[in-house]
Amino acid sequence: MTITASSVAATRSQPGRTALRDRTWLRFALRRLGRLLASLWVLVTASFAMIHLIPGDPVRGALGPTAPADLVAARREALGLNDPLLSQYADYLRGLVTGDLGTSLSSQLPVSDVIAQRLPATLSLAVLAFLAAVTVAIPLGVTMGVLTRRGHGRRTELAFTTSSVVVATVPDFLIGIGLVYVFGVNLGWLPVAGNETPSAYLLPVLSLAVGPAAILSRIVRVEMVSVLEADFVRTARAKRLPPRRVYLGHALPNAVTAALTMCGLLLSAMVAGTVLVENVFAWPGLGTTIVSSILTKDYPVVQAIVLVYGIGVLVTNTVVDVALALLDPRSMIRED
Amino acid sequence: MHDGDRRWRRIVGTPLGLTATVLVVAVLAMAVLGPVLWGDTATAVDTDDILAPPSAEHWAGTDNLGRDILARVLVATRLSMLLALAAVAIGVSVGIVLGSAPFLLGRRSGRLVSAAVNIAVAFPGLLLALFFAVVFGVGATGAVLAIGLSGAPVFARLTQTLVAGVAARDYVSAARVAGVGRVRVLFRHVLPNIAEPLVVNATIGAGGALLSFAGLSFLGLGVQSPAYDWGRLLYDGAAAIYVNPASALAPGAAVLLAGLAFNLLGESVAKGFGVPVIGDVRRRVRPGRAGADPGPAATDDHADGTAAEDVVLDVRDLRVTFPGPAGPVRPVRGVTFDVRRGEAVGIVGESGSGKSLTALAVSRLVDDDGTVEASRLAFLGEDLRADGGAAQRRMLGTTLAMVFQDPMTSFNPTQRIGRQLAEVATTHLGMGRREAMDRAAERLDSVRIADAGERVRRYPHELSGGMRQRAMIGMGLMGTPALIVADEPTTALDVTVQQQVLDLLAAIRAADGVALMLISHDVTVVGEVCDRVLVMYAGRIVEEIPAGDLATAAQHPYTRALVAAVPDMATDVDAPLATITGRPVEPADVPTGCAYAARCPLADARCRAEDPPLEAGPRGRVACWHAGEPLPAPDSSRPAEDLVETR
Repeated sequence: MTITASSVAATRSQPGRTALRDRTWLRFALRRLGRLLASLWVLVTASFAMIHLIPGDPVRGALGPTAPADLVAARREALGLNDPLLSQYADYLRGLVTGDLGTSLSSQLPVSDVIAQRLPATLSLAVLAFLAAVTVAIPLGVTMGVLTRRGHGRRTELAFTTSSVVVATVPDFLIGIGLVYVFGVNLGWLPVAGNETPSAYLLPVLSLAVGPAAILSRIVRVEMVSVLEADFVRTARAKRLPPRRVYLGHALPNAVTAALTMCGLLLSAMVAGTVLVENVFAWPGLGTTIVSSILTKDYPVVQAIVLVYGIGVLVTNTVVDVALALLDPRSMIRED
Repeated sequence: MHDGDRRWRRIVGTPLGLTATVLVVAVLAMAVLGPVLWGDTATAVDTDDILAPPSAEHWAGTDNLGRDILARVLVATRLSMLLALAAVAIGVSVGIVLGSAPFLLGRRSGRLVSAAVNIAVAFPGLLLALFFAVVFGVGATGAVLAIGLSGAPVFARLTQTLVAGVAARDYVSAARVAGVGRVRVLFRHVLPNIAEPLVVNATIGAGGALLSFAGLSFLGLGVQSPAYDWGRLLYDGAAAIYVNPASALAPGAAVLLAGLAFNLLGESVAKGFGVPVIGDVRRRVRPGRAGADPGPAATDDHADGTAAEDVVLDVRDLRVTFPGPAGPVRPVRGVTFDVRRGEAVGIVGESGSGKSLTALAVSRLVDDDGTVEASRLAFLGEDLRADGGAAQRRMLGTTLAMVFQDPMTSFNPTQRIGRQLAEVATTHLGMGRREAMDRAAERLDSVRIADAGERVRRYPHELSGGMRQRAMIGMGLMGTPALIVADEPTTALDVTVQQQVLDLLAAIRAADGVALMLISHDVTVVGEVCDRVLVMYAGRIVEEIPAGDLATAAQHPYTRALVAAVPDMATDVDAPLATITGRPVEPADVPTGCAYAARCPLADARCRAEDPPLEAGPRGRVACWHAGEPLPAPDSSRPAEDLVETR
């Protein structure tokens, strides 16, 4: 509906049209912001509620049955668990705003210090893996798309789709274990733990990137094949552009908008994927920390890391939506 | 169920589907039998033989208590499967409840639920699983709940979509109107109809749950010792990977195989139960035999032998062939014509007559699975039968302009109009960006687009259809065209806009001496704009005639039928509209003799046996044994079939 409205308006005078464009952007920005805030609220509330949803006394659970009762009581008091729920919630929100995430039950360090210390390792792992996946997947998908366009490469298509489905199904931590076996145990070429040297990044990044690269290249291929059938590609050919320009200049940007939506999902999945891969490679990031904190019942740390992961996901999704809107202005309207 | 059987056979018929089915059956059998057969071996402790590498006795070696790893992996099948299935059951049930909430609760409260689902879906499953693992505590029960609930949002979203689709159907509305309660409608009418996709997705979900569970157990958050599933074995094995790699690889392989099996089975079932994916459905040319093809047309000679300089386009015996599953198909079967400088030539015919393909062939734009052959195909003297590389591209890019049917889809939606026009100049004329953009604005102005300097910054969707078609013409004017090939340029436009576009084409032609090749199914349009008209039927030209003679002096019965089918002011409004009976010929199934014989009122035995050649007459050319003979009185009792094109 909005499309028709805007194209009708486009035939009218200029100021009206510009205003309409601005309004489309504004509506998009407001709606997107609204969704971000709502999701953020749900996330914050869930991470607050987590500690209260645990059956029994979390502090007793954390300190163990042998801990003296007065220590448990003191801890409870320090955590504010004896206050009314609403004021605890208010305190929690206030803490978040001021950057106070509480104190680790096991190390007694401020949780924000723990996060600050561990976050960079996780972030660099996720970003590198994402870049690696995109760098491989887009050229691969485009090439496969061109090779398997209508009436071409039936066999190549079958081989590619089958192998990419299989590769995409293998979970990242199993790839990790396989890589450890091959390059660490058997060949001894690459370090399999920690992140001290640049070469230590290789295997973890690879484990994380392989699956998403397979998924993404599949999507790029399918999109390329359908875009190559589009009328505007024929127009581009009719302009007698060199084939490379037709594929990369006209087909690719239209194929990528759909792939970008998938990138968002993949990047969020990758944030979560780091948890497992970090544990395979003893990576000193948030993933190893959250697992050990869950096992030692260090709830403030767990709460904070869940929050960080969640925010990472929300930011990713928002960035992807905005990028989509910039690349393809119609996506602003299409959204609802 | 008959139908279901066939679909199952199709799934098992594919190599992937068969492999997946066999694997799933094997995994399920192992889940039942594993603990019975190897239960004792798996728990037998042998402290003399700990962490042993693979041997004849222990194929995958032993663990830190000397237990046989292979036996443990096989036995663990049951627990791993049970946990995964339990998690999927939880995920699907909660998903269905949440997903049908909008249907049960009505719009307002339903919206709240679906908003919550939408937020939850955005978070990756593993993150949700970690959250729930904390809440429910570390251990198998907690992990089942965690993985089950973390899968719920996805199933809720799926259910919601499926329910919304079914709820709009008539029988559901009818049941609602009849006063049947929502819950009853849901169970009676809605859920049974969405069961199939839900089951398929649950199968895929089982594979996912299996892998997630392995992940959680691998992190030490799932199954706890002494119980063991594949993930737990992986956890122990990974620690011992340097001592006995098999202790990690064996459970890893098991997880992978089982997870893959369920995933692939689900995907194959989804594919098999859905619309069959056949690459050929969208093919322009329908597949079929080419046996009926009479081969290259008998030399329809050129109208007059002049190969003068003012011939812009010279086409002789043009044939276009596509591969088909039952042999090649030839939708254009020997077409000969020319277009002179400044001349407007129209090509009319029904869909499938080969007129658009002829236009694409003379512009070197046939998709590259098609083969274009001709004894001569020259544009401005350049042989277009061979790919002339960059030089030919430049020549065509600046002198041959194309206008396509649908201006809505013929522009790249992600680029501004100006850039798409300017590209011609930057690519072929060596202009800079600025200069090219100025030229684009100037050309838009020349095709009567007001405010052109501002419009170049617009995206295609911001212009109206008529404006886009004019911009497309403007794009053709970026060079100095000698020929504009316009394939149904007005078909997709509003009637009021059609005339503007035709006027514009006529004006350009008059002003710059550009030749025009106008392809249309509409005799009126062609007759109005063109000097000369080529009538195509079944991939050949059946008549060439000056446009002015169309109404009065058409020779071929087909041309006359086309003209008669157009109502004018003198048409009796009470009489049924004149139509051409019968169906157009399929390119894959061209009969011997005259292709039009089956529909022709003048057809006789000779027409059905011998294909009439295209022969020059006093004012044009015609291919008919009975050219110009009077038609019998129209038989109004014959079934009417519309001539209106459906493309």
